[in-house]
This record gives sequence, structure tokens and C-alpha cells, in this order.
Amino acid sequence: MNTPRSEDDTRSQVLRILGEIAPEADTTSLRPDVSFRDQLDLDSMDFLNFVVALHKEFHIEIPEADYPKYMTLNGCLAQLSAAQS
Amino acid sequence: MPWNPIIKSRRDWETIPNLHDYESVRKEFSWEQARTELDGLPDGQGLNIAHEAVVRHTIGPLGQQTAIRWLGKSGQVEDYSYARLDDLTNRFANTLQGLGVVKGDRVFVLAGRIPELYITALGTLKHRAVFCPLFSAFGPEPIRARLTIGQAKVLVTTESLYQRKVAGIRETLPHLEHVLLIGEEGRPTATPIPGTQSFHQLLEQHPGIYRIGPTDPEDAALLHFTSGTTGTPKGALHVHSAVVAHHITGKLALDFHPADIFWCTADPGWVTGTSYGIIAPLTNGLTSIVDEADFEAKRWYGILQDHRVSVWYTAPTAIRMMIKVGVDLVRKYDLRPLRFLASVGEPLNPEAVVWGEKAFGRPFHDNWWQTETGGIMIANYAAMDVRPGSMGRPLPGIEAGIVKKTESGGVEVLNEPDVQGELALRPGWPSMFRGYWNEPERYKKCFASGWYLTGDVAKKDADGYFWFVGRADDVIKTSGHLIGPFEVESVLIEHKAVAEAAVIGKPDPVAMEIVKAFVSLKDGHEPSEALQRELLGFARTRLGAAVAPKEIAFLATLPKTRSGKIMRRLLKARELGLPEGDTSTLEA
Repeated sequence: MNTPRSEDDTRSQVLRILGEIAPEADTTSLRPDVSFRDQLDLDSMDFLNFVVALHKEFHIEIPEADYPKYMTLNGCLAQLSAAQS
Repeated sequence: MPWNPIIKSRRDWETIPNLHDYESVRKEFSWEQARTELDGLPDGQGLNIAHEAVVRHTIGPLGQQTAIRWLGKSGQVEDYSYARLDDLTNRFANTLQGLGVVKGDRVFVLAGRIPELYITALGTLKHRAVFCPLFSAFGPEPIRARLTIGQAKVLVTTESLYQRKVAGIRETLPHLEHVLLIGEEGRPTATPIPGTQSFHQLLEQHPGIYRIGPTDPEDAALLHFTSGTTGTPKGALHVHSAVVAHHITGKLALDFHPADIFWCTADPGWVTGTSYGIIAPLTNGLTSIVDEADFEAKRWYGILQDHRVSVWYTAPTAIRMMIKVGVDLVRKYDLRPLRFLASVGEPLNPEAVVWGEKAFGRPFHDNWWQTETGGIMIANYAAMDVRPGSMGRPLPGIEAGIVKKTESGGVEVLNEPDVQGELALRPGWPSMFRGYWNEPERYKKCFASGWYLTGDVAKKDADGYFWFVGRADDVIKTSGHLIGPFEVESVLIEHKAVAEAAVIGKPDPVAMEIVKAFVSLKDGHEPSEALQRELLGFARTRLGAAVAPKEIAFLATLPKTRSGKIMRRLLKARELGLPEGDTSTLEA
């Protein structure tokens, strides 16, 4: 088992991954309940790459049917914290 | 043949397909006959796309039928009857009149799939101005290039897209006289922005009655941008008579019947979203579904079920994403009305064609066409056996061949089956492009020995089915869009650290290809992760996510021919681990 990460740590890892896919994005003013794609210039391939990177970073399985749950920052945090608990 | 053909029989047809027998329909077909399915403007005043799509239906019982059912991102559902669409598009045509826009002027739209886009398209066509859609995921640089080349007089866009992508380049667009803005969620703009007017206010101020002026079938109607290997994007120009092809290919290739509820998932920023996302379903009097949101499996299956979609036209990238989600989800939905499934954008792999049967009880029918052809040219039909992986057979009225260039500059037809060559079409169908905007030389280069050369490499089997092989040039096919490497390279070399750039399509299991860039650096700059991210962000800011590279790699030097041309094909061969071929012309 992995040591559970703090929420702050998880958040910063999620934002780091986002920043690697879209380095131009200003993630500091991200609204946590609004979908990434409504705030940042991400296309469907970017989002796919984002989910794949989350899977690698957090060592969790993310079935395709669950992808929509990762469309917002809060959604990601909720999913990741549930998966690690 | 590795994949068994999917045999069609009468049992598959609840509705008799329009193209019930390929050979006989093809034999009897003529474009003149197809033209008679349309009304033409009253008193012999010509042929206008918007009249056929909207006005003619308002007179009879279709007037109150839903023409467009718009599904908003946040769950809104809004129906536009043919009569309401007529009123709104009349208001927009009158708005253009009031702004001093005349026949032939270019009206651009930069917006997501919102109702105003459709009103702009059809209102522009009524006014006999030229409608030009831009993909809303373009960054400022592709937007600037296209507005400049097309000498846009009017731009309709949203407040947010304007602020993010257009305001910063406005000064470089001297031809652009009017910018009409749509506020958040289709509301009027909150506060006036200098140099713009409110789309909705103008619509309210102008009357809902408009008489379409005389329209020659050869009058310019649509300008769609596409990309080549070299040079700037090209604007493929289509004329009003294209509607004959839009209408009849909807019936023959997509099997439109009067009561159909049709959903074309393509964005009107690309040609499919205009020809089949706006025009064809409306000329056929159908109800057309427009979904503002992007792909999401549950949402899509919900739409198919809740709105009782009967004919569905989608794209390989989306189908491959659905395959990843699996069949368990789709089987929870009641999709009984769904009768015909079609796909376009890039070749549909046989697995995906067959997966359609597993998931929906029907195969996907791949078809082939391109921006320049304006409408579907080669297709798999409801009543014709499907050979998975094949693009199908030419539409009635279309002659396709496989050709090879000759030394004299012409082409010769390769009649042997299964021989690879360039896919070519005999010019003369109504939706063929009539030119690249202001680039007659580039247009001329597309034709040889009486054929239009498509730039796609294909094969024809002994039974007349066509099979896609690849591109004849370096254009990248990603998620159903064509991207010109030059447009991407031009932006990368604007970065202070970059000496040279070469861009290729890297094969991808979902998007077919993704854009990958190779760059060499100027003296004093070293490859680093930080620089890689900076370049990625730099390219994305200027080009937008849809065009910018997804991967950037550093190379000390880029391979070149003796004449100094960067060899993208060699980079691609290396990327694929293929033999690099003849390198004798490489730089020493």
C-alpha cells in the first residue's frame, strides 16, 4: 500500500500533471468545481493524457466509464482520496 | 481477407433504404434528376442553400416541426422549428443588410456548437454572403491567418472567445469591420466591449421578414479552410449548387428518410459539421440534434436514447473511445430507433466497424470525402455488404479512380485491382470546390488529365471497393482534422531558442495521429525539460490545443535534402522504427 498523501500534496500533484499537459494554463485561478475544459484550452486528447498520467502517478485504475468524474479539480481530489483510503 | 464481409439482407431493413440496389441506383442517377428534388427560388430566381434548408419547409406542415434540437452543456434542451429558424435567420440576414454587408462578403463565425452559430450560417447564406466557420479550439494564430486570408468583413463570436483569442490580434485585421458578440450562455453581452456589437441586440432590432435575392447556383456560399503540406491554410470555396450534393448524399449515403432524427456529432468548424451538421438534414426536412458538449460516453448514449436518434453520423476517435468504455454501458440504453450508423474523419479500423454490431446491433458505415469535395464521395451503404476497413464504393454520380503521375505531368489510371496509387475523382459534381480563395495556382495544381487529385493514397479491389492507404503528402490527420505541418513549424521557429522545426503525425491508437514536433536549438540554448514545457506552452498559446504539438523532441540537427528541405518523412520513419529508405539526397 502507498502511504496516503495529504490533500494538499494530491492537489499539487494534480496541478503539476495538468501543467505538464498544458504548460500555458494558469492553474492558480482554477475554479475547482468547473470542468477543466471549460476553463483551460484542453482538447479531448489532452484530457485523455491527463487521466493516463493520473493513473501512473497515483497507481490507481481508472476505468474509462469513470473519466467524467475527473473533469473537475474537486472531482479528481474526491476520486483520488477515495481510491487511497 | 482477414475480416469477413458483413452481409446485408432484406431482414436488416425496417425502412427500405433509398439506395436499395447499388448498381441500379447508380445507373439511373443523374445530377439533373437530383436537382429536381429541390425547389429553387420562386420565379426562377436561382438556387439558394438557405431557401432549400429552411424557407421552403415553412410553407407546409414542416413549419412547426423541430428543425434543430439544441442540447446545452448544462442540460438545457431548446427546440427550433423550421418557422422559428426562418424568423431568426431572416433577422440575421437583415442585420447583415443593415451593416452594409453585400453579396460575396465573408462572414466568419468562431463559436462552439451554440444556436447562434446555426442562425449565422443560414442567415449569411440567405443574404448571399459567404459563410466561413472557424473551429473554436483554434488559438489566435490559426484564427488570424484564416481571417486574413479570407478577408473577413464580419466575425460572429462569443464574448469569452473574443477576449481570449481575438482582441489581441484585432489590430492586425484591417478588413474586419464588424464583430458581433454573444454573451455567456447565449445571453446578450453584459458590458459593451469597444469595437463590438451585441449579436442578440441586433437580432431584436431587425425584422423577421427577408426575401432572398436572386442567387446563381454558381454564387459563392461557403468557405472552408483546410491545410496542405506547405504554405498557409487554404480556403476551399463552395457555391450554392453544392446543396444538390448535400441533399442527395444525405439520402443515399446516410439513408435519410422524412421522419428521421439525425445526429451529426461533428463540429461545424470542420466541413462535416456544416455539410451534414447544418445543411443536409435540413434540406431533407429532418430533426437535427446539436449537442454543445464534447464526447462523453454516458452523455452520448443518453442522447441517442432520449431523443430517439435514428441516423447517427460520428467519427473514429469517438468510436474508439466508446470501445474503450466497453459494451456493458451501451447495453443499458434503449436504442431501438437507431437504424443507421456512419463514420467519417479518418479511416475506420475494421475492429471498430464490427464493434458497432456488438454494441448497437449494427455496423458502422465508414465513408470518405474531404473539405474540397464538399460532400460524401465514397461510402458504405445501408443495403450494400460492408467490407470492414474499406471506405466503400463511389456515390452515384461520382467517378473515382486510382491514378499514378506520369513524367509528362499528367496522370494515368491504374486499372489493375489492389494496386496502390493516388485517389482521384472526375470533376463535375455540384459540391466540388470552385477554387482556393485567392490562390488560383494552388487550385490548378489539384487537377491533371481531367482528374481531381485528392492527396490520399488508396487501392481499389476487384469488386470496386476502395481502401485507404495513407496521405500522399505530409499533412497530419488527427481526431478527424487535417493539420498542416508548416503552420505548426512556423509558430515554433518564432520562439527565441528554436533554430529549426519539423512536424509529423505520430501514430496514435485513439486519434489516428498526434502532432509531434522535432526542434533544433540555436547556439546558447540547451535541451531541457523546462525548455520543452516552455515550447509546448508557447505553441499551445498561439495555435490552440487542437493544432499545437502534443509532443516535442529535441534534435541536434534536422535531416535535410541537399537542397535544404527538411525531410519530415525520414523523421516519421525513425519514429516508427521503419527503414529510412533512400537517404542519398540527405545532407552530408
